[in-house]
Formats: sequence, C-alpha cells, structure tokens
Amino acid sequence: MIERRAVFSHRWLPIALVAPQLAVTAVFFLWPAYETVVSAFYVQGAFGGSEHFVGLHNFTALWDNASYLHSFGITLIFSAATTLLALSVSLLLAVNANRALRGAKVYQALLAWPYAVAPAIAGVLWLFMLNPSVGLLARALDGLGVPWDFRVNGTQAMVLVVMASAWRQIAYNFLFFLAALQSVPSSLIEAAAIDGAGPIRRFWTIVFPLLSPTTFFLLVIDLVYSFFETFGVIDTVTQGGPANATNILVYQVFETGFVGLDLGGSAAQSVVLMLFIIGLTVLQFRFIEGRVRY
Amino acid sequence: MVERRGLSRVIPHIVLLAGLLLVGFPIAIALIASSHTAADLVGHFPATFGSHLIDNYRHVLLAGSTNKGAPVATMLWNSLVMALGISIGKIVISIASAYAIVYFRFPLRGLCFWLIFVTLMLPVQVRILPTYQVVADLHMLDSYSGLIVPLIASATATFLFRQFFFTLPDELLEAARIDGAGPLRFFWDMVLPLSRTTIAALFVVEFIYGWNLYLWPLIVTTRENMSTIVMGIQHMVVVADQTPSWNWIMATAVLAILPPLLVVIFMQRQFVKSFVEPEK
Repeated sequence: MIERRAVFSHRWLPIALVAPQLAVTAVFFLWPAYETVVSAFYVQGAFGGSEHFVGLHNFTALWDNASYLHSFGITLIFSAATTLLALSVSLLLAVNANRALRGAKVYQALLAWPYAVAPAIAGVLWLFMLNPSVGLLARALDGLGVPWDFRVNGTQAMVLVVMASAWRQIAYNFLFFLAALQSVPSSLIEAAAIDGAGPIRRFWTIVFPLLSPTTFFLLVIDLVYSFFETFGVIDTVTQGGPANATNILVYQVFETGFVGLDLGGSAAQSVVLMLFIIGLTVLQFRFIEGRVRY
Repeated sequence: MVERRGLSRVIPHIVLLAGLLLVGFPIAIALIASSHTAADLVGHFPATFGSHLIDNYRHVLLAGSTNKGAPVATMLWNSLVMALGISIGKIVISIASAYAIVYFRFPLRGLCFWLIFVTLMLPVQVRILPTYQVVADLHMLDSYSGLIVPLIASATATFLFRQFFFTLPDELLEAARIDGAGPLRFFWDMVLPLSRTTIAALFVVEFIYGWNLYLWPLIVTTRENMSTIVMGIQHMVVVADQTPSWNWIMATAVLAILPPLLVVIFMQRQFVKSFVEPEK
C-alpha cells in the first residue's frame, strides 16, 4: 500500500466513514458466506429444526451425484465455448478496427454498445430469432435442411445459449482489445515489416504476445461471466433443458436450494463455486501485481 | 499501418461490417417485430416496419404482455429505482470508505481494507440461500431496500476511489490545512469536486450492473408489482399452454435495453475511460 505523508487525525470520523461499507459487507456478504460454508457440513431435517453435523458427506454426495457431475461437465463446455467465442470474435474485430484507418471511431461506438444489454435480454433476442415456431433464423435453418428445435435437441440448446451469452460479451472484450492494440508501438510493426514479415506473421510474433496481459485479464473476466452472470440467459432461454443439457452449475445451485430445498447440498455446491472464484480472483491479482510484460 | 494497397485496405471494412451485422441484426429484428401484430409474425417474417409500433409499446407499458404480470411501466420504474439506488449507494459508501482509508490512520485500517476486498470473491451466486435468509429476517423481501441495500458494498468502487486519491498531491491537503480546513471541509471543497470524472465513470458501470441484475431481484421479490423488467420478461417468454406474444415481448426487450443504452451514449467518454479499470 502506498503511504501518504499528510493525514488527518480524528478519533471517530474515519470509523464513521467506513462503517456503512463494513456493515453491508458484514451483514450481506461475510455472514451469509460463513453460513454457506458451515451449512455445507450439516444435513437439515425434512421440516427444518433438527440439524446434524455430517462432515464431508454433502461433498462426497456431490461426487456420487450423476446429475451434479453432468452439470459440472456442461458448465465446462459452456464456459469454454462462450469464452473462446467471445475472445476470438472480439479480437478479430478489434484487430480490424485498429487497421481501418477511416471510421475506427465509428466502428468502436457501434460495436461497443451491446455491453449495455442484460444477459437475460440478450437471451430473449436470440431466443426469438431461433425459436422453432416463428424464429427467422430457425426457419432459415429448416430451409437449409437443418432440422432445428433446441427444445428437443440438447446440442442445439447449448449452441443457442453460448451464442446469446457470447454475443453480449464480445462488446466488452472488443473495447479492451482495441485499447491494448492502440498502445502497441507502430515502430515495432514497421521494423518487422522492413525485415520482411507479413501481416499475419507480425500479428502472431509481435502483436499477440504484447496483448497477453489484456487477453489474460479478459479470459478471467469471461470465465467468471460465463460461470455466474449467465444465469439469466439459461433461465429465460432453456431453464436448463432439454433433459438438463444446459443445466450449468449456478442454475443447479439455485434449483437445489430454492426448488429442491436441499440446504446442505446447495451449500456444498456453493462452496465449490466459491473455491473456483477465489482461485480465479487470486490468480488475477497475482498477475496484475506481477504485471507480466513481454 | 504498413500495407496501404489493394485488398489489405478493404478486408478490415468487410470484417467490421460483418461484425456490425452480428451486433445489430438481433436488435433490428426486435425493432421490426415490435411494430407488427402477433399474427403478422407467423408465416414469413416481415421485412419492413409494420403499423403497430405505437400500439404495441402503449399496450406493454400500460397492460403488460400476458394476463398475469405487472405492466411494463411498473417494471421499468422498479428497475430504475433499483439501478439508481445501487449505483448511487455504491458511489456514496465507497467514496466515504476510500477517503477514510487514504486520509486517516486508525486502528484496524488494514483489516477494513481486506474485508472490503473479500467481497470481490463472494458474488451472490455462491452465498445465495443464506443471503436470502438474512434479507427475509430483516423483513426486506419485496421492497426497494431489499433490492438495493444488500448490494451496495463495492470493492471495485472503493479501489477506484483509493487509486484516484493517491494521485492527488499531498500539497493539496497541506494547503487546505494551513487555511484551517478540517477533514470534512477538505472532502467537500477539494476531493469531491476533483472526483467528478471518477464518479461519472463509476456511475455508468454500476448503473448498467444494477439495471441488468437478474438473479437478485428474482430471489428477493415475489410480488408481481415489484419485479424488474430484466427478470420480469421471463414470465412473458415462458408461458404455459399458449404461444408467447412475440411482438409484445420484443417491445419489452427494446424498452429494457433503452435506459442503460442511453446512459452509455450520453456518457460515452466516461464509459470508455471506466474501462481502464477492471470491473466486477
């Protein structure tokens, strides 16, 4: 922490200033998080009341729970696909926006705005285009001989939620990539060009390595997004179906807790998600602290 | 750029136009669909705008889309209150705690900082049931305070203000002290006016965050007239035993996109600036 030379001295004012933030943090963040961790080690009786300690039982039960393991696998596929799609499309667009001398600003403004669209609303927009009865794209696919019905076909449902989730995230990634590309010194590119490197080779040997801090940052952001923020997409588009084909972990936690009322099981699943996000946050901060540059 | 001839000048524009199509197509479809009757959307998708634009928007705003569910005007109002409450709340309590952490020495200062930091790792999805329980115990379900207060702790906003305060020169504080200004006066007359850009940038990011929340309003509200537009649209889409009224749903979707979009457009400069800092 950078220290300041000049500070005020006052007995209660600083406490009063941090108090609201700490109160909200303690009541709505730390206490529920503590409760979550504790209840992951308990089993609750069918009608509340009697609770008893079961150690790691809730966790081992997850390991034996086929539908949870399935959901785990689904989440990995969904997150990897969403992240890769969002990163690659936005990088492609940013590289081209950086190359387009004319109109770069216009492109930037027109490509950035879907960031304002809620994931759930993005889901509704894509659902409309791809719903089997009136969807424009669904009918076009049928016309091309692809029988499209994501309400029956799990793979198609997955494609739909990945498209909707990535669509919104492209805008966010695009802004970061473009900013990073604009800070690559043009003298480097020119030097490589003089040495006879073509545009593609220059991109992979010079530009892409220079972008790696941004890419890593966005990779973490997109993973967190696809793990947690996409709940709205799933709930509006597929509700986890068909046959659990899009039942990602956050959706499963919600179902186990609020629909199934299995408190211990839901808490154990929450703890697994907690470990995941703690890992990613620590990784990100160590990376930012280290500021890896090439 | 190095190459300046032929194809290499055209290709970027082709790729970008394809990108614009990808980004703009779903919205164009939504706008067109929201101007037709439900019957017009069955069969071939209309290529042009219909004549029911105003009818459809008036209908959803005043009556909602299905028999049940609140009118969209109510949901928009709830979303607005929630988004403003969250963004303003986060800014106020974060600027206060950042000011305390940077400009004062007090016991457990380091601990306070770490406790705030920890919230980054605890999104509502990983502590969902107990958080619901706390809100229920405090009788905050189905209320604006329940939608807003539990979310106004913000590590990101606190870090951003702290970062910004470190860039202010120490001489500023020394000069203020010589003039006899106390900590509150210094805050009001110097720090707050200087923080305007940071506040604006944060407002954009947090307004969009608040407006777009889905899971939180879903669990803390049960009454229809408390639902927000982003989660309320789900009840229009998922209807049992009947075809969804897509013209009305698309009108609702457009209305749900409009407010955060306007914030982005009118505060574009601050918005882009806010991207310099990581957002959570």
